[in-house]
This record gives sequence, C-alpha cells and structure tokens, in this order.
Amino acid sequence: MGFAIIGTGSALPSKTISNEQLSTFLDTSNEWIESRTGILERRVCTTETLTDLCAQAATAALKQAGLTPQDLDLIICASITGDTIIPSQACMIQSALGTNCPALDINTACTGFIYALDIAAGYYARERVKHVLIVAAEAMSRIVDWTDRSICVLFGDGAGAAVLGPGDDLLSIKISARGDDKALFLEGHVGNSPFSAFRPINPFVSMDGQEVFKFAVGSLVQDLRDVIAQANLQMEEITYVLPHQANMRIIKAAIPRLGLAPQKFLTNIARLGNISAASIPILLDESSREGRFHPGDILALSAFGGGLTSGACVFRWGLPHSE
Amino acid sequence: MNTFDKVVALIAERRDLDTSTMKPETTFDDLKLDSLDKAELVMTLEETFGITIDTAEQMKTIGDVVALVEQS
Repeated sequence: MGFAIIGTGSALPSKTISNEQLSTFLDTSNEWIESRTGILERRVCTTETLTDLCAQAATAALKQAGLTPQDLDLIICASITGDTIIPSQACMIQSALGTNCPALDINTACTGFIYALDIAAGYYARERVKHVLIVAAEAMSRIVDWTDRSICVLFGDGAGAAVLGPGDDLLSIKISARGDDKALFLEGHVGNSPFSAFRPINPFVSMDGQEVFKFAVGSLVQDLRDVIAQANLQMEEITYVLPHQANMRIIKAAIPRLGLAPQKFLTNIARLGNISAASIPILLDESSREGRFHPGDILALSAFGGGLTSGACVFRWGLPHSE
Repeated sequence: MNTFDKVVALIAERRDLDTSTMKPETTFDDLKLDSLDKAELVMTLEETFGITIDTAEQMKTIGDVVALVEQS
C-alpha cells in the first residue's frame, strides 16, 4: 500500500520529573507508581512550546529523509494539546518550518499516529502527494490536574514525527471508534456566553481506569490480530510490536493473550510515561536511531485512547540499519 | 474442577500466587490485587467462561467472583 516511512524524528522537553519528585507534593510514592504503571520518570515542558518540539522532531525526520520542508505536500498533526486552536498546530509547524503546503490537525487522542497514517494512505491512493509529514505531539502536562495523584503521574510531554515517501511498505491498517465520554473525558471550551446553559466544569482529563484498561487490552489484542491477518502474516512473522505506551500493565496483559515473545514488545514508558499520540512515533524514532531495526523488519503498531478510538497497522521497515 | 477451583487457578496463574491459602472469604486486598488486577481478572473470566460480567464493582472476595461467574 501507498507509502514508505523515509525518516523519523522525535523531541523531548529537557526537564525530567522522577516519581520521587512527585512524591514531594503528592501523596504517592515511587513504589506505588512503578508497580501500578511501570513509569519511573517523565519529561515536562517548561519553556518549550509544543511548536518547538514539533519543529525539532520534524526537522530531524526531514534530515533523515534527505528532504527540505519545501518538498512536503501535506502536514498532518495529531494532538489534543496544541499551543493554539487557531492556527492549527499543523499550521504552526508549517510556519515554523517555512513551507506552504496544506496542513491539518486531527484529534483521535492516543490513536492519533495510526489515524494519521491511514489518512495519508488515502492521499497516496488518490496520488495527491509524494511526501507527507506526520507529527504527533502532546504537552499532557497542560491538561492533567497536578493536584490529582491518580492522573498526573501517568503522563508526559514530547513530539514524534515521520516523513512518508512513495513506496509500498504499509501492509495493513485498521482504525475504529466507539463514542464514550465517560471512560476518558476532557471538556471543551465553554466560554462566557450569557445565553449558554453551560458553565465550565473541569479543565482536566478524567478517566475511568478500569474501563480504559479493559478497552485498551481488548483493542491491543484484537486490532493486532486483525491487521496481522489482514496482511496475510502469521504472528511469528512480526519482528517488533510497538504498542501505545499507556501503562505497562496493559502491555503485560496483552502479551500472553497474543502469544508473542515479550522481547518483541518495545517500550519506553519507564522513562517517558504516556505521551498520548506521540508515544508511538517517539518509540519508533528512538528504536530506529539506537539501531534496533533492519530493512525488511515487520513492525506492528497498536494504539488505543480517548474517543474511544483504537487502531493498528503492520508495515515493513525500509530504512538502512543505524550504527 | 468446580467453579471455585477454576477461579482460584485463574487468579493464581496470572499473578503467580499460592492457591493453598485462598478461601471464599479471601479478599482482593488480602491478595494484594489492585483495581487493574481486578479489571484483568474480569476480562480473563469473560474470555474463559464465555460470559459478560457487568457488576464487577461488587467483587470484593473470591466468593463474590465465584457467585458472579455462576450467575452469568
């Protein structure tokens, strides 16, 4: 299908917050956070804007692809925490890179990168594009309540990018949605219209942990089975699984259900926490640059999140092995 | 194997626990199982027994779990 990934990039804010540091102002502990989630530390924005991180990630991906921003035909940004609503975060990236191609944002929460790949596949099928930039970026630190120990410990900030070019490496892809505003919720802008019946309630993410856990494990398992079958592959032919990094317990529950060796599941949640849509592309970039992948490797990505949305895909890795 | 033994085996297998101490009155707190363990157990029970469990909130002891499975 349609494209190859010809460059990846990622960018993280410089400040690291450990579980111990969180314990100094929240009633929590390293032991509690680590055993419940697998997270040891996370990055948070201080002076960095999301646009800064996006531009950095995009520039790294373009450099690896051997392209300039002017070579891009489309920019898709997946984010729920853009610096601005107007302009879109994609337009802010376009401006920062100094190019003038069409640009759009999508909101499919943590499933953002997969949905963006699916959208790009459509543009390739219509032969409308040669080079597409996908950036998935979040400053989750903006939308979590830092007085609520059950939520703020889970998330982190960062940006991941991928540049797509002509090719045939996408072997299968699946996206789905199931509207549910109870499992994961963040209210929108309410404003101060004197005529509106609504008032702002709570500007922070809320979550039903158990419901999300069950949805996550179920989706992770079923979506991967579906896309692997759709690609006419056997489970064992998958070289690596890159699951959304929401909670190590989700990944651990999925492993026996999928029957794949645990070493095939890549993670970075211990260092970075859950960065929503950015988790997977950051993991992809880091793994690539540390020399994990070889051309021909079969990678399976699987994400799930607010919406509720989920998605998965299988693609062949085409970039040369990094030393 | 009766339902109690099957449930105990499922709980023990995922978390590597000693089944000899498990009784109907044993609570999730006794076993040091948290809410995510409970959510995963519900999934495993639904998959194993081919049932749907709606009232997982009421599961406090192994006995509660067995009763829910038998009712479904």
